Amino acid sequence: MYILLFALGALIALTVVFGAILGFASVKFKVKADPLVEQIDSILPQTQCGQCGYPGCKPYAQAIANGDDINKCPPGGESTIKQLADLMGVDAKPLDSAHGEEDVKKVAFIREDECIGCTKCIQACPVDAIMGASKVMHTVIIDECTGCDLCVEPCPVDCIDMVPLTDTNWKWDTLAISVKNIN
Amino acid sequence: MHSELSLIEQVKSGKLWDIPGGIHPPERKSLSNTAPIDLAPLSPCYYVPIKQHIGNEGALLVNVGDLVLAGQPLTNAIEGLSLPVHAPTSGVVKEIIPHVSAHPSGKPEITVVIESDNKDTAIKSKPIKDWHKAEISALTTHLQSMGVAGLGGAAFPTYVKSNPHKDIKLLIINGVECEPYITADDVLMRSFAADIIQGINILQHMVQPELVVIAIEDNKPEAVEAIKLAVTDQENIDVKVIPTKYPSGGEKQLIEIITGQQVPSNSIPADIGIVMQNIGTCFAIKEAVIDGKALISRVVTVTGESISRPQNLWVRLGAPISDLLSHCGLVAEEDQRLIMGGPMMGFNIMDIMMPVVKSTNCILAPSEYNLPSFGVEQACIRCSLCADACPVNLLPQQMLWYSKAKDHEKLEEYNLADCIECGVCAYVCPSQIPLVQYYRSSKVEIKQEKEDKIKSDKAKERFETRQLRLERDKQARLLKHKESADKRKKALESDGGAKDKIAAALARAKAKKASAGESEAVSSDVKTTDTQDKVAAAIARAKAKKQAQAQAESKSEVTPATVTTANTEPKDNIVETTETVEAKSAEQIKKDKIAATVARAKAKKLAQAAESEAVTTEPSQTKSAETVEDKSAEQIKKDKIAATIAKAKAKKLTQDKDQSEQK
Repeated sequence: MYILLFALGALIALTVVFGAILGFASVKFKVKADPLVEQIDSILPQTQCGQCGYPGCKPYAQAIANGDDINKCPPGGESTIKQLADLMGVDAKPLDSAHGEEDVKKVAFIREDECIGCTKCIQACPVDAIMGASKVMHTVIIDECTGCDLCVEPCPVDCIDMVPLTDTNWKWDTLAISVKNIN
Repeated sequence: MHSELSLIEQVKSGKLWDIPGGIHPPERKSLSNTAPIDLAPLSPCYYVPIKQHIGNEGALLVNVGDLVLAGQPLTNAIEGLSLPVHAPTSGVVKEIIPHVSAHPSGKPEITVVIESDNKDTAIKSKPIKDWHKAEISALTTHLQSMGVAGLGGAAFPTYVKSNPHKDIKLLIINGVECEPYITADDVLMRSFAADIIQGINILQHMVQPELVVIAIEDNKPEAVEAIKLAVTDQENIDVKVIPTKYPSGGEKQLIEIITGQQVPSNSIPADIGIVMQNIGTCFAIKEAVIDGKALISRVVTVTGESISRPQNLWVRLGAPISDLLSHCGLVAEEDQRLIMGGPMMGFNIMDIMMPVVKSTNCILAPSEYNLPSFGVEQACIRCSLCADACPVNLLPQQMLWYSKAKDHEKLEEYNLADCIECGVCAYVCPSQIPLVQYYRSSKVEIKQEKEDKIKSDKAKERFETRQLRLERDKQARLLKHKESADKRKKALESDGGAKDKIAAALARAKAKKASAGESEAVSSDVKTTDTQDKVAAAIARAKAKKQAQAQAESKSEVTPATVTTANTEPKDNIVETTETVEAKSAEQIKKDKIAATVARAKAKKLAQAAESEAVTTEPSQTKSAETVEDKSAEQIKKDKIAATIAKAKAKKLTQDKDQSEQK
């Protein structure tokens, strides 16, 4: 009887000690997992254009996490679909053309002498990339513009153009030049 | 400390190391290195790109029509990595336009076009006579203002490299010039050895190394002779003759050959206490400090089998290549290729109006027989010749695989960033795969991807901040409305009579409404002559207005009320302004502009109206539409109308609810 009690006591003591250590470790060394929505959101191009049918990239990330299709993002194009497919463990599909086609990168440009200063585009811009105030000319901050197209429609005088962005990085495509001794 | 000392000792002992891989292409240097350096004739026009170095371009100092003198700065160095450019000769600034750049793309860059006046008047030189005693910062600033950049090929601003803010043990002067055909540094060393040593002395004063090593390949015996003669009375300058092999002249490769040490990935030589400068740069430093001349000319090798007089020339920066080719007598064969730089790392010249810039060391016009163009690319047979030849010990065939698949993550795992783009892999490939071109384009893609990532992170942050702000504003507005509603309530409570009256009016209005049917509007109810009712009507109006404002502000669903105001108000306003402008203003342009704007706005509004007629139907129309509903056969129209009615009803309901709440 004494041995049984002793064994029980020892086991309980061990349980308490290791339980305390594990409990402490789980609090102290907690690894903050990156939630799935955040991971998806970081892959999306953040143009906030709404072409996917959701009001911004985060809501679409939420929808993908809940099982929506991964091929609804035209600005991200094929590379985004590929990355999403890798992350979600599904097959990559071609871009759903119902949501638009992959296009060259563009930015909004306001023809400034035609702007009447109505502030409608400022309200429409999802990333606050348009400067201006009521009844004065507005302008687009080119570095902040995501090319989402949302400011074009509200403009009452149609003075906003989407201008293709020229690449600063030139892509090499010339053929190599080789020295070959054929003598 | 002990190991570093032994490094210097080891270097002094004369031991040399080897680099992995490398090739021995035909050199063809004897074409151009026999004649002394000649002066290129003045060109009628110079094209000076304002960015000729790694970093930011300076701010323009001149305007079209300005008279400039040789050596006059055209731009001003700005914050960050920046160098000015200088006028190569005296003349007039003809244009400042985008002109084809000295880049494989030929992408137009802002260029100052100077028409020479053939007098070649120079501005007063600004030498630093007693540079031995000068502050290092003063010399650094001087080198920057003279526009001195690395003339080896990368055009990195020299003022940064010569003031490394680190403890430098070893200064290596790169006179290797390992690429075939090029002899610019070779002839410079032969003819201007003493000047180069003066430049090295200035660098010694600035960098304070324990030892200077001048490295020259053993295929340039005359240059070695000349330099050795010039350093006889110099302390701490060692001349090392290294075996000929391509690419020994790469910065990190030469360091490995001289010291046996490798520069770690993602580091610069200064991190391991070494700085390297090119022979031509040393000459430019001497010119800038002792002679006080800005960097406006450099030695360029014009060579190749299609050139009848291949030679080295002192060329003013900005001279178009066409002038050099005609001076040296280009006899073009069919499909003549022109290359800027050497045959290994150079690029095809697309336009002979491309200017000579700080990094241009060679203009090459080879014959098709001696330098055949690339053949048709075959499949990789995994022979691993490229891996054996790579001087950086990379795995080119694997990287080709991932480059084709655009697997950038894998490429970075395989250290694509360490590729020096020497072209050895493409040279040895039996399948004629232009491997190096794949790596170059992948590097650009990775860079682009990183830039995009930064941009999208910024956009995300801005979007989220905006959402937060909108939410905060909404809450603030709600709070404000609640406060004012409370205030009104209190005011009403204090004035008991008025409250009773309003309550009575509302009760009457309700009763009337109930009898009149659902579709009647509240506002029509209160149109009686009774003064009490007037008060009620005023309150109702105020409330409706407030609600409309709130809706307009929060940009919620478009209600008929807001649509009508939006449709009529701006039109009236604009028409009024146009009228006044026409009456008063004399400025025809402004008038036209406004008229055009109005026209555009009207056109757009019309288009919109046509598109969404059914949606913006006014409430008065809905009543008649209700009768249409029974008769009409058109299902679509019926549906639309039903929706509009539903909307109108919903609105009225909410209005009623609001009223009863506030009551």
